[in-house]
Order: sequence, then structure tokens, then C-alpha cells
Amino acid sequence: MSEIAASVRNITKRFPGVLANDAVTLEFRAGEVHVLLGENGAGKSTLIGMLAGMQQPDAGEILVAGKPVRIGSPRESLELGIGTVFQHVLLVPSLTVIENLMLGGNWWQRLARGAALQRFKELSALLGVEIDPDALVGRLSLGEQQQVEIMRALWRGEKVLILDEPTSMLTPQGVRDLGAVMKRLSSNGVALILITHKLMEAYEFGDRISVLRLGRVVGEIAPERLKVMSETEVTDTVIQMMFGSTAEHRRDAEILTGRGRAAHKDRTVDRSGTPRFTVSDLATEAGRGECPLRAVGFDLWPGEVLGIAGVDGNGQKHLAEVLAGQRHASHGKIVLGGTDITADGVPQRRRHGVRYVTDERLGEGTVGAFSVATNLILKEIGVEPFFKGGMTDWNRIHDHAREQIRRNDIRTPSEKTPVARLSGGNIQKVLLARELNAEASVAVFNKPTYGLDLQNTRLAHDRIIASAESGMAIVVISTDLDELLEISDRIGVMFQGHLAGIVDNAPDVERKIGLLMTGAKSEAA
Amino acid sequence: MSAEAETIPGQLPGGDRLKEIGGTAARVLVPVVLALIMGGIILMILGKDPLAYYAYVARRGLLTWGGLQETFTRMAPLLLIAAGLIVAFRAGIWNLGGDGQFLLGAVITSAAAPVLLRALPDLLVLPICMILGIVTGAIWSVVPALLKARYGINEIITSMMMSFLGTSFANVLIKLVFWDPSTTVPQTRTLPVDDRLPRIIGTTVHSGIIVAIIVVILVHLMMTRTSFGLKLQVVGANPAAAVHAGLNVAGLTIATFAISAGLIGLSGAVDILGVFGTVRADWNPQYSFLVVPLVFLARFNGYGVIGFTFFFSALMIGGDSAARRVGVPQFFVLVLVALLLIFLAVVEYLDHRRRKKAH
Amino acid sequence: MEGLLTQPFLTSLLFGAVTAGVPLLLAGLGEQISEKAGVLNIGIEGMMLFGAYCGFAVALYSGSFTLGFIGGGLGGMVVAAIVMLLCIRFGINQIVIGIGVTIGFEGLTALLHFFEFAQDNPSLPAAPVFALPIVSDIPVIGPGLFAHNALVYLAVILVGVLTWMFRSTYVGLNLEAAGNKPAALDAAGVSVLKTRALAVLSTGFLAGLGGAYMAEVGAGSFGPFMTGGAGFIGIVLAMLARGKPIWVLLGAALFGASLSMTTALQVAGVNVPTDVVQMLPFAMVMLVLVIFARHSVLPPALATPYVRGDRG
Repeated sequence: MSEIAASVRNITKRFPGVLANDAVTLEFRAGEVHVLLGENGAGKSTLIGMLAGMQQPDAGEILVAGKPVRIGSPRESLELGIGTVFQHVLLVPSLTVIENLMLGGNWWQRLARGAALQRFKELSALLGVEIDPDALVGRLSLGEQQQVEIMRALWRGEKVLILDEPTSMLTPQGVRDLGAVMKRLSSNGVALILITHKLMEAYEFGDRISVLRLGRVVGEIAPERLKVMSETEVTDTVIQMMFGSTAEHRRDAEILTGRGRAAHKDRTVDRSGTPRFTVSDLATEAGRGECPLRAVGFDLWPGEVLGIAGVDGNGQKHLAEVLAGQRHASHGKIVLGGTDITADGVPQRRRHGVRYVTDERLGEGTVGAFSVATNLILKEIGVEPFFKGGMTDWNRIHDHAREQIRRNDIRTPSEKTPVARLSGGNIQKVLLARELNAEASVAVFNKPTYGLDLQNTRLAHDRIIASAESGMAIVVISTDLDELLEISDRIGVMFQGHLAGIVDNAPDVERKIGLLMTGAKSEAA
Repeated sequence: MSAEAETIPGQLPGGDRLKEIGGTAARVLVPVVLALIMGGIILMILGKDPLAYYAYVARRGLLTWGGLQETFTRMAPLLLIAAGLIVAFRAGIWNLGGDGQFLLGAVITSAAAPVLLRALPDLLVLPICMILGIVTGAIWSVVPALLKARYGINEIITSMMMSFLGTSFANVLIKLVFWDPSTTVPQTRTLPVDDRLPRIIGTTVHSGIIVAIIVVILVHLMMTRTSFGLKLQVVGANPAAAVHAGLNVAGLTIATFAISAGLIGLSGAVDILGVFGTVRADWNPQYSFLVVPLVFLARFNGYGVIGFTFFFSALMIGGDSAARRVGVPQFFVLVLVALLLIFLAVVEYLDHRRRKKAH
Repeated sequence: MEGLLTQPFLTSLLFGAVTAGVPLLLAGLGEQISEKAGVLNIGIEGMMLFGAYCGFAVALYSGSFTLGFIGGGLGGMVVAAIVMLLCIRFGINQIVIGIGVTIGFEGLTALLHFFEFAQDNPSLPAAPVFALPIVSDIPVIGPGLFAHNALVYLAVILVGVLTWMFRSTYVGLNLEAAGNKPAALDAAGVSVLKTRALAVLSTGFLAGLGGAYMAEVGAGSFGPFMTGGAGFIGIVLAMLARGKPIWVLLGAALFGASLSMTTALQVAGVNVPTDVVQMLPFAMVMLVLVIFARHSVLPPALATPYVRGDRG
């Protein structure tokens, strides 16, 4: 039994309306990769937020090297030797690698570049990575940025390293590289805590798995057991811990393990006629730090779900925006049902039947301060029947909202509640209700289940599939490969603004996608 | 200020009406009372009796017939500026160029009126002059509007620069172009009293106040009941969502600036047509900044703004007189206005925090 | 027109340019520090005004110009402390507070002046001048550029000091992070709030110093609203300087020259109306903004309050 680097005892944390952590007790041992496995909303991020000094627990205690401590700020966390790599890159893009790593000194100190470079070399050797210290962080790949993040986390001491959903931003190769780094670190005595909602990762990388559900630890698989269990056995055990029985929760299990891959098989897409939606040679202009589109083209048939895979930052955002009409295409054509809509703006495209469910639900998709009702007609301001002669018919808008709330099971105190008060899943329901109405013929989804718990993920997938079955042509852009494998008929891969290739969702699709993600051109699109 | 819900006519935000009315009343009264108290403390430090000052101001501005009429007269330009600021702030546009827009509207109107009088009947001259005021103000907003709409350049700086520019330019126009040769102090040709805005019968208050009230109500209705008003609010609340919803953000930005600056230009025109009949060089009442807290206090509600502007006008009229009678210069009103704005912001913040905890 | 190229005109222009430009320089440098850290300091005009009043009052009562400068700087810091508390600590809207603070101190200083100085209207003696040896003897530019109050030279040296600080110390690094991606700074264990607070206080000091200079050296007395938009010009200078203090210096010199045109022209015997000349700096600002519209760069986290753990 190796020593306990850190532990939490009876940690409880409440937020308005939700019990995020309920008497959680866990131990983190040196040289061991301890996986915290659970769906979105299980309380994993809250827990490590407290270890990182971002929050304070309402009850319970944190112990480091056996001594109870109070981690009041990120600085204290780092000084205790606890480093955290969060899901979103926390590096300053306009500074170099070494400058980012030097961050943390007091303002009156001079920059000690020499000492920093020394430590940089040490950690590079420890991790087994090679990065130019003078490169601008904004120019590095996401995988390299993550490596810099790991270095930053370990800069002041390598006792505990916490990784929060680290693989969501990586290519399959990047994931393997990360696994190698984790192995090196654990063999050097670092206590690793890996947060994930993917069972496969937990199985592959973890020495010990603790399962969380709704804020509680519902089970643990110790290293001795884990070493001898097969993946299926682990899956069943985890499902048992989370839900009690396997049978009723097959769908949840599939989402958790990413092993479903069934839905798309129930559909056959009729590609005999002309495609409903054709995109050819599409290109956009880049803003600072953005990845533009370069000659993207594909066809889409009614009833088809085309998945767009790829690591974040390869042009997906531009693709979504240019399809929706929010971004001007500098080159190329978009044809919907025979009509050239390339020059059309958002309102015209909407009239033609184009719909866009954005990934930024509160940042872009809704106005947080406005009511659910207003947000439901946000894209129809000035349009009948809610507006006549420029005047607003508020009664009609509120009646419509109540109907939509009922039909879509949107949990909200009233239709007049500001939409920012709703949970993430319900905000997504608002977006889906707004976009997937009767006249929609093409829908673009960007990261539709990001941050949603299992239930809402399932609901979103169901709606997408139902829409496809009713004849809609659908594009789903996502960094979650399992999701795409579950619901897509074909999958395209974005790489540096190109559509590197489109492959059928057939048995060896993962291998092909992995290749395309690294830039290898496909044999057949 | 913290994000506002969209305005729905006849509807206070939230659920329980009585509690909301109480809450709203508190959010309004507390900053006012705090500002008055703090202002009183400052007066005491300077050796003046605050109660005597406030009592005098209230009496002079509200409780004498003469003072009351002056208050109503002062309300006219302030209300029009408030209308202009409601439109701009709701759309998330910080139009801080009001002083320049006001003065130029005044000067152009003042210069045009005598000329027009010689060619057109009285009945037409006044409306045409008012339109001139609107157009002048709107034109003066074009550069900041375009810089914001096309390049995203912060309109706070550009509109303020244009204000300084406009103030100086107005003076140049008065001293070099439109000056009345028959006067010693540079000013424009005076519009005879008979040709100014007619008085409301039985009072010395000119009908500009009626124009102002109507305009404010129209602006309020526009913001709460029209699709255009809702579009402006979306742009102001979340510009990214506005793009996502397919709104023409650039066009709306320019339109907002034009309306806002136009109304402020109208304010200048009305003040000349109704009260002064002429613009003296170096005259700059600097109303625009003073109206800012009133608009926030009223939470962009047109009817609320009318009420607040009334009391504030009384303060200004009383304060003007108090400078001579009680020995407290008008500068004190600036301090009160600033205190009001700051206390309002603090109260809003505390209320916001309290509401966040409650959920 | 022959009067334009004569010694008196040029010397007067240069001298006036420096006198008018130094407050702009100080305000601009101060604002640059705030802006780097992501704070849009609209209240800088209030800081300058209070600095002007305090500087004048302290210089008058103590008889020392230097004490006056320090007093002015501290006065500016008082205003900055209000901004710091409300905007940085509490996260209240920076623009609203900025407007409030500007109006408030415009009124307060005018009020104080009324009660303290309006009766006797005192003024300071001419400010002590430290003529730089040798260079101040050069014809025309000598007396124009090198025979000024010591604060002028310090201000120019400050440009170099800040440039070095931004590049080679944690000051620059922390400010850049606070303005670009505050969450990264926080995760590195440095308090974003403290960094921004220090930035704002520095701005207050420099702005107050600039105001004190205007009152003590430029005018020799205090008058209500005497800064006349200098603070706002400082904001524009900082906006256009894209993080480099040297550009603030150049901009301040340019604006200082245009502001001093009136007096210089009068010396040259040219009768151009004051108002036209007063329009010059603002017209120039607008022109520069229009021409360089595409290139004005502001930090992404500008005017956004930082809340730890706030996912936005």
C-alpha cells in the first residue's frame, strides 16, 4: 500500500438548488491513477474544484500528507503540491510557453528566465515531451497546450496531479500520448486523479476507480480487483453501482461506455434522389486565432445524420456558422432543395428551413436575462404571427411558450422566468424546441450534449434521431466520437479547415477516423 | 448595470406583484435617500446647513407657482435627452456625446428659425426647426455609429470626443457664422418671443414640455411593444445572440445612434424654441450627463423617467436659486447626481447578490 | 504668416506642447496600465481633477511644489480607491461608476474651490524650472524642450521605466494575463483582483500627478473643470498605443502641440479663433481613430469583472 498523498473526508458542498457533493470520502495514493467516474453533474468537478482551491467545502475536511488543510485559493493548492489541469485550457494565448509557466510570481519580482528554463527542462524530461519554450501558446496544438498545462500544474511540486476530462480535446493519438505521460508520472510517485465520464478511459488508464452519482460515491473498484477484471465485467459492475440493475438502464450504459452504436443501424438512408443539401468548395476568412474553412464540400440526403468529428479548433465553429448564415462564405456555394442560399442571411435561411442549435447555449443561443417565452421566439422577431405591423403580441408569445413548455417537458417555474435560471438540460430543451419545429428541413447541431447529464443526453439523441426519421437532413458537429458513432450514418472529419474525408459508419470506422484526424488523407470519401 | 429582463408592458419583472412593487420602491428610494444624506454631510463639512438647503430647494422648485412653472419648463429638454438615452442604453450603446448633439441642435435651429420665418408661415417654422434639430443631432452621431458598427470601436470614447468637438464647433458657428451683429456678446439672432413655442394657456410653460412627454411615452411604447424595440434590447443584452438570431446588428447600431442623437438634438432645438430664442457663445448647460442616473433609476421605464425628471428639474431650479440665496453653488447638484448614480449602482449590486443567494 | 517660423513662435509652440503634453502623457501611461489589466478607467478625468485640486491646495499651503505633486498623486489615488472598491472588488459596472466618479469629482472640486479659493483667488508663483545644462542653450528647441519643471523629465524617464517593467518584470506579465485571460492568472495562484487593484491605484496616482502638474505648473491655480477632457484624451492615447509606452509619449507630444497652438499662434501674431484651435486635438483624435480603425487593439477581458469559478 503506497502512502496516501491526499484525501477528502465527508466532503459536502451545496449550491443553490442542488447538493453537489454528499459526504464524499476518498483517498488518493502516490503512484496510483485514481479515476473518478461519473456522468455530467455527478459532482466530480465540484470536488476537485475544492482541491484546487476554487471553492470551500460546506462540511468535511481535506487532508494532505495526513494533515488537515484549508485550501483557500489556487495559490495555496499549488503550494501544497496539488496541480490541476482543467478541461478548458487556462493559458494566456498571447504569451509564450515559458512566460505562461513563469506566471505566479509577485509583481515586484524580476523575471527569472534561467531558473524557469531549468525547471522546464526537468519537467520535459519527466513527461517525455518536447516543446519550444519560446513558442506562443496560441500557436500550439491543443495536445501540446495540454502538456504545457500539465507542466504548469506540476511546476511547484509533484505530489498530486488532477486531470479534469483531459481527453475531450484530443485526437486518438493524443489520448495515447497522454496515457504514456500518466504512466511516467505515476511510476515517479505522483498521485494522479483522473476525472472522466467515459468508462473505457477509466478502464484503460485507471488503477483504482471510484464511481460517483448524484454527488455520492456509489462504489469503488480497488486495484487488485481492477487488474483481473475484463472490460465487460467492469462495465457491468459500474452500471450496477450506478443504477442497481443492468437491464433497465441499457441506454445509459451505452452512453457511459460508448458501446451502443445501435441507433444508426435502425435507419437506412435513401440516397437515390438528389441530395437535399449540397455544400461545395466552401471557404471562410479567419479572424485572430481562428481556424477558417478551406474548400469544404459534402452532400446531405433527407433523413440522414452526418456527423462531423475532429479536435476543437479545426474549423468546426466556422462550419457551423457559415451553414447557419451567421458567417459570410468567402468562396463556395450552399444549395438547399435546389435553391442557392449562399448569399442569404440568417432570417432568409430560416425561412428556407435551415436550423442551428449552437454549442454556446447562454453565450449565443439565448439571452440569459430574457424570459423563456421571448427566447423561444428569438429568431422570429418581427415575424407573424407573434408580431403584426411591427407591434408585439405578447399574449400570443406567452401562449405559444406555455404550449412549447408542455410539449417539450421544459422544467421552469413559468414561461416568464429568465432562461439563465434553468438548468443546462432545460436550456437545451428550449433550444431544441425553438429550432426543431415543423418547417425545419436541415438542422445543424454543434456539441448538442456538451455538459448534459445522461438523461438529457439521451433525450437530445432521441430528438435528433426522431427528426432524422421524419425526413430532416441533419449535421451533428461534436468532439465526442462515441456520440457520433451512436447516431451518425456517415462521419466526416475536420482537419485544419478541410473536410479530410467522409466515411460510412461501418465496423472499422474508428480506425479510419483516427487516421483522418491526424491529417492522413482518406482512401475513399 | 446588471442584465435587465426585457420590458413587457404592464408587467413588473418576477411574480408576486405586491412584493415586487415594494422591492422596486426600495431599490429606488434607498439610493435617493442615501445620496441626500451623504450630500447633506458634505454640506455640513463645508459649513452649510443641509436642511435649510433642501428645504429651500423644495420650496423654490416645487412649492411656489413660479418655481413649479420653471420646473416644468426645465423638464422639457431633460425629458427629451432621457428619451434619447433610454433608446441608446437599452440597445447597449453608450451615447455619451449628448452635450455636442444638444448644442449643435440648438445652434442650427437658432440660426435657421429667423431665416425660415421670413419665408414660411409661423405654423410651419416650429415643426421644421424641430426636425432640423433632430437631423443635426443624428448627423453628429454618424461617425461614432459607423466606427462601432463596422469596426467595433468603443463608442464611449468616440461619442465623448465628438461631444468635445461638437461643443467647440457650436461655438465656432456662433462666433464666426451665425452671430448677430447687433449684440455685443456673441450669440445667434434672437427669435422674437411671439414666434417661439406657444405657452400652455395660463402658464409661462411652453408647449415643448408636451412634445417631450409625448416623445418619452412614444419611446417607451416603442421599446415595450414593437419588434424594433425588442430587437434593440436583444442587441443590448447579448450581441452574440443578436447575430445568432439573424438581427442586422450594424444597421440597428446606426439606427439607435441616429434616434438617440436625434432626440438629444431635438432637446436642444426645443430649449431654444421654447425658452431662450438664442444661443449664447460658451453656453453649455451639460444636461446629458445629469440625465444618466435618472434613466437608470427609472430602469428605462418611460413613465418612471417622467417622474424622476420632474423631481430632478425641481432640484436644478431650486439649486440654481440656492446658489445666490443660500450660498451653495450649482456644483453641488453635480455631486448629488454622482452620489445618486453610485449609490444606485451599489444598491443594484447588493440586490443582485441577495437574489442570487435566494436561488 | 512670417511670424510662424520665427523663434518666439517655435519656442512658444514647443514649450506649450510640453506643458500641455505632460498631463496627457501621465494620464495616458496611467490608463495604459489599467487597460493592460483589463480595466477601462472612465473615471480618470475625475482622478486628474482631484489631483489638480489637491496638488494646488497642498502646494499653496505648504509652499512646496514637490509636496503638491505628491499630494496630487495621492488625491488621484483616493478617487482610484473608490473605483477599485466598487468595480474591482465588487464587480460593479465600470462605465457607470466611471461616469459617476467623473461627475462627482467635477462637482466636488468645483464646490471645494468655491468655498476655499473663490473669494481670494490665490495663485501659485511660477513653478521652479530646472534647465538641463548645455542642451537648454540650443537655440529655439533649448528653451522650448529642456527648460522645464523637473517633473517633465521624470515623466519622460517614466516611459522608459514602464517599457522595461512591462517587458522584464512580473508587472508586465501579470498585467497582460489579467487583461487577456484572468482565469489563467488565477489558476497560477496570483490574485487577479489584487493585480487589477494595483493597476487602478497606479493609474490614480499618475493621473493625479498629471492633474497636479496642470494646476501647479500649467496654470498656477485651480479652476473648476480645468482638465477639460485631458483624462479622456489619455484614454484614447492608451487605446491607440497598443501596449507600448513610447506610443503614448508620441501621441501626447502631438496632442500637446495642437493644444498649445492657440497661444503659440497668438505669439506669432496670427489671430485664429480659440474655438477652432480647441477643436484641433479632438478632430485629430477622431481622424486617427478613423484611419487606424482596423488596428486599434484592446485586451479581450476589458471591462469584464473577474469572478473566480464563474463559468460565464
